[in-house]
Amino acid sequence: MMNEQPVKIAQITCGAEYSGIQNEITTAAETVGGKMFYPDVALKDVKRAYRDFGLLVKSPDLKLAIARAQAVVEGRIEADGIFIASCFRCAEAAIVRNELRRYIVENSRIPVVSYSFNERTGASTLLTRLEALTTIARRRSLMTREVQIGTTMGVDSGSSTTKCIIMQDNKIIGTGWRPTTEVLKSADEVVTLALEESNLKISDIEAIATTGYGRFLVGKHLNADLVQEELTVNSKGAVYLANAQKGFATVIDIGGMDNKAISANDGIPGSFTMGGICAGASGRFLEMTAKRLGVDITELGALSMKSQGGDDVPMNSYCIVFGTQSLVNALASGYKREDVAAAACHSVAQQVYEQQLQEVDIKEPVIMVGGSSLIQGLVRAMGRMLNTEIVVPHHSQYIGAAGGALLASGFVNKKKEE
Amino acid sequence: MAKVFIYPATSLILSTLVTRFGHQPLGSAISIREHIQTPGFDSPPIQITSDDPQYGLKWAAVEVPSGIRGRMSLYGPLVEEADAAIIIDEPDLAFGCMGCARTNELLAFMLREKNIPRLELNYPTSKEEGVTFVAAIKEFLKNLERQ
Repeated sequence: MMNEQPVKIAQITCGAEYSGIQNEITTAAETVGGKMFYPDVALKDVKRAYRDFGLLVKSPDLKLAIARAQAVVEGRIEADGIFIASCFRCAEAAIVRNELRRYIVENSRIPVVSYSFNERTGASTLLTRLEALTTIARRRSLMTREVQIGTTMGVDSGSSTTKCIIMQDNKIIGTGWRPTTEVLKSADEVVTLALEESNLKISDIEAIATTGYGRFLVGKHLNADLVQEELTVNSKGAVYLANAQKGFATVIDIGGMDNKAISANDGIPGSFTMGGICAGASGRFLEMTAKRLGVDITELGALSMKSQGGDDVPMNSYCIVFGTQSLVNALASGYKREDVAAAACHSVAQQVYEQQLQEVDIKEPVIMVGGSSLIQGLVRAMGRMLNTEIVVPHHSQYIGAAGGALLASGFVNKKKEE
Repeated sequence: MAKVFIYPATSLILSTLVTRFGHQPLGSAISIREHIQTPGFDSPPIQITSDDPQYGLKWAAVEVPSGIRGRMSLYGPLVEEADAAIIIDEPDLAFGCMGCARTNELLAFMLREKNIPRLELNYPTSKEEGVTFVAAIKEFLKNLERQ
């Protein structure tokens, strides 16, 4: 990375400097080999651009944002990626952010990430998003891989679970899955499980990729060839397993700690969002629901599918505390367990729909991945919300590991040549 | 000499006019200068850190976007200090540009609420209006002297 030119990321933001987070944005970009820059535009361009664009906003900084986006899309200013961000809770900026993201995706091939921040937004929060942005810009050739070759391993060190997949000649031959406790210990366990299942030794593995929250630590431990954030890896893994590598697809991953929504074209993310306002909109709330209902998380899906009604169960998982209160109140009011389970699934789907899916273009097929995709009630709720048949590919709970094993095979021939 | 808050606070023309008539303009130059002259280089380009939006809670509630609160941390103290105010409605971007419309609405409201001499003018769109515009500002500033 030291010898590579930094990825030029056009910063199109409103309020970042006044929120005191400009340094965080710059630091996050530099950490992942990017360089933020403000696209320079003349005053006459600002006046022209926002009138041409047709969104007659009041805030001058938003007019400037529109002019900057136009300059990049029209090629007057060169950029490898675009970062659009504005203050959390600003309605005017939210409209501009969303419309600019759509405009960029429709009129260019430049990857874009949008985000809403407050003064507490730190570089660590932005890191994964900007890493994905620089990866798409820099490693497009790696991302175009559609067939796995050789014998490769992917390890996904997630916040809730650690997963491993071993692939050989485009087939999954070994898997390992464990709750994440100690990051390295859990990684070692899943690697051992996958090796046992595939009847291989670690020395048989030709290339390794790691992803997830613990990717750096585990990557160093396993001497991985590729250490990659989960947005690009999951996107690639999803379209590969769902056999939807060509054309548009939407990938939804409701994770243990945060959620990802990715709009992909030929498997490469065009725009994506990551995060959740509260754990209430994540898999963590469903874990709590299962615990309160006295079932294992793996049984929650089947339980929720038994529900024949339950639409009137009051449930608000916007916040995990209030969500749990709703859960307790619903049970105390005499609602059936299956109806409460279905309501919890519906609530999480609704939060993801309201908070994240508005930030990406939903295009079919919609693919759900991650451990939560095995909760049928959640998949059903999301399908109803989006009015589409959701695709859940095989091994969907191993998505990061599968994507990692696929992408790692890009290193197999390189290593042989060396 | 009166302290005159100028709106838009970035207007060099207003700042010059106020100075020329013997008063002290209160605008972006003062508050941003204070920030960028603070030793250290924590948060370029204007050295606003995450503490500033917190300080801005004095003028705007926590549900108000952080960018507005950060801006209010710059302008709020100046409004409190102001003896008079000149507000130009719908100014051209070249005349002085303040980035956030919501902050601008709040600032103008605070200035109107404050019981101080205030001049509010529409931004001129012709040469004749321009002459009247400058004359009105001159008259206001001269009257301030007498007050």
